[in-house]
Amino acid sequence: MATGILSGKGRIWWIAALVVLCLVPLVLPRFYVYMLSIILLFGLLATSNDFPLGFGGIYQLHHAVFYGVGAYATAIVITKSGLSPWLAFLIGPIISAALGLVMGLICIRLSKLYFGMLQISLGSLVWAVVFRWYSFTGGDDGIHGIVVPDIISSYQGAYYFTLVVTGLSLYVMYRILKSPYGSVLQGIRDNPVRSAMIGVDVKRHQLLALIIAGFFAGIAGVLFVVVDNTVFPDMLFWTLSMETTIMCLLGGWLTFLGPMLGAAVLILVRTFVSTYTVYWGLALGIISGLVIFFMPNGVLGWLQDLFKHKTNLAEAKE
Amino acid sequence: MDATGILNQAFVGLSRTVILFIVSSGMSLILGVLRIPNIAHGSLYMIGAFMAFTISRIFGGGELGFWMALIGAPLVVAIISLFAERSIFQYLYEREHLMLLLLTFAFSLIIGDLVKIIWGGDYKSVPVPQTFQGFVPLIGGLPFPIYNLFLLVCGPIIAILLWLLVNKTKIGKIARAAAVDREMVSAVGINVGWVFASVFVIGCLLAGLGGALVAPTVSVTLGMDHTLIMEAFLIVIMGGLGNIWGALLGALIFGLAQSMGILIWPQFGIIFPYAAVIIVLLFRPAGLLKATW
Repeated sequence: MATGILSGKGRIWWIAALVVLCLVPLVLPRFYVYMLSIILLFGLLATSNDFPLGFGGIYQLHHAVFYGVGAYATAIVITKSGLSPWLAFLIGPIISAALGLVMGLICIRLSKLYFGMLQISLGSLVWAVVFRWYSFTGGDDGIHGIVVPDIISSYQGAYYFTLVVTGLSLYVMYRILKSPYGSVLQGIRDNPVRSAMIGVDVKRHQLLALIIAGFFAGIAGVLFVVVDNTVFPDMLFWTLSMETTIMCLLGGWLTFLGPMLGAAVLILVRTFVSTYTVYWGLALGIISGLVIFFMPNGVLGWLQDLFKHKTNLAEAKE
Repeated sequence: MDATGILNQAFVGLSRTVILFIVSSGMSLILGVLRIPNIAHGSLYMIGAFMAFTISRIFGGGELGFWMALIGAPLVVAIISLFAERSIFQYLYEREHLMLLLLTFAFSLIIGDLVKIIWGGDYKSVPVPQTFQGFVPLIGGLPFPIYNLFLLVCGPIIAILLWLLVNKTKIGKIARAAAVDREMVSAVGINVGWVFASVFVIGCLLAGLGGALVAPTVSVTLGMDHTLIMEAFLIVIMGGLGNIWGALLGALIFGLAQSMGILIWPQFGIIFPYAAVIIVLLFRPAGLLKATW
């Protein structure tokens, strides 16, 4: 659990970070601003993946499908209908949330690995439809050159839009986790049987978590459309879901900010490694293998444990 | 869509079933006994196919090359997996499924790039041996590759061998017992470590064998692991974890849904097998046959 990130002494650091993030496009060249936007939106995607995974104890193994569907819905509304792009940005996440509800209703009866596998199966079905429906989704080519409103079409505009939307989304998710509902969800994660015994409707709470996760994944999809102006079927492929799950694990899947950190690390390393070699998979595999083997709670979780250990030692001395 | 077309497509689906069964039965064995959802299983299948290419080339690509590849490729995969089990996996049996899933995914990324480094990114083809070249006419006169007939013979043989191994040998009995209660088995003085290692190696050997068998029928290429591993996983879940016959049944449903789907609706043929899995899991959430855990 993230403790008090928006209060007390921590607040000054948050404001400082926000100021830096706002000033970045004024000094950095285009490529880095683009990369930062990608980091932010993948951080949002990973955080929304972690919402059911790390806080709900649900094996959300095919999260990318909600991301992809949100992006596709937005892209299709913009290119095929006369509706305003701003409206399309709303429709995307809503369709993702609806998909989260439908897939959740089908999968929720199963638990753990079975849930994850059924979700992957359903997600693969959605992927197959997107991959083959040339007349509607553009098939394996995807859709390119999506026109977004002028104000956010420049790379700086897209960056600020991403920053604001990601910040708001993270704040909302954080509030949800701090609300009574969030506490119940984490109670279910820690002990589903006991939660059911004290009268919590386990399945309904988990279903709501899936809908929320789908919604925010859809927002991440919208942001990708804004930043990159394209959609393609790989956005729904299960390997991307594995990558976002690795992001959660890398940063710390039981902490709120872990997934964002994991996304940043992964994308930075990817960009860095890709300039030297094509063997990016090797690097990702080795990094995540080492983290899972030696730090099963992720970097942030590891730091928290270390910190706790130190305070415990200090208390013991006194 | 006439009767001969359907029949032909059914035979195509059956030969695909054999490959799917061989790979997913190995996975089912590992998942059922060791409880490792091994995503790297597909990568071992890919290594099997690439090794089959190399070995068959070393022996001149002919008849001898094929048979040596069929024996050699699974053995190489088995040695790799023995090394992996002894050095890494034996310390991880108690970890959570999610961790194991991601760890094996990491391995699949590493293996994918290593294969790219060793064999390069080109398409490779393994020649069909002389004995199995050509076609036989099916009922209705449609030509059917002899090699696929060979596959259809291989499938049942492997199923029976596996059944004998699991049910009639000592190691199979210990493994089944260990799948139910690991601690009890080690408490009565059995070296569970080596039993687990052998089960892991046998499961991986099957992945390598699947790769070697499929090599002459497809172009061997990078990325063949990613499509197969999902299919194998879904088959295992559909059949019931750890159940060999479940894997066979699942592979049959998956293979036939795949081949028939293309016939029914060419554009969306690939969604049929996934739809089949969903329907099965909706009505039987724990799989078709009894899971071992």
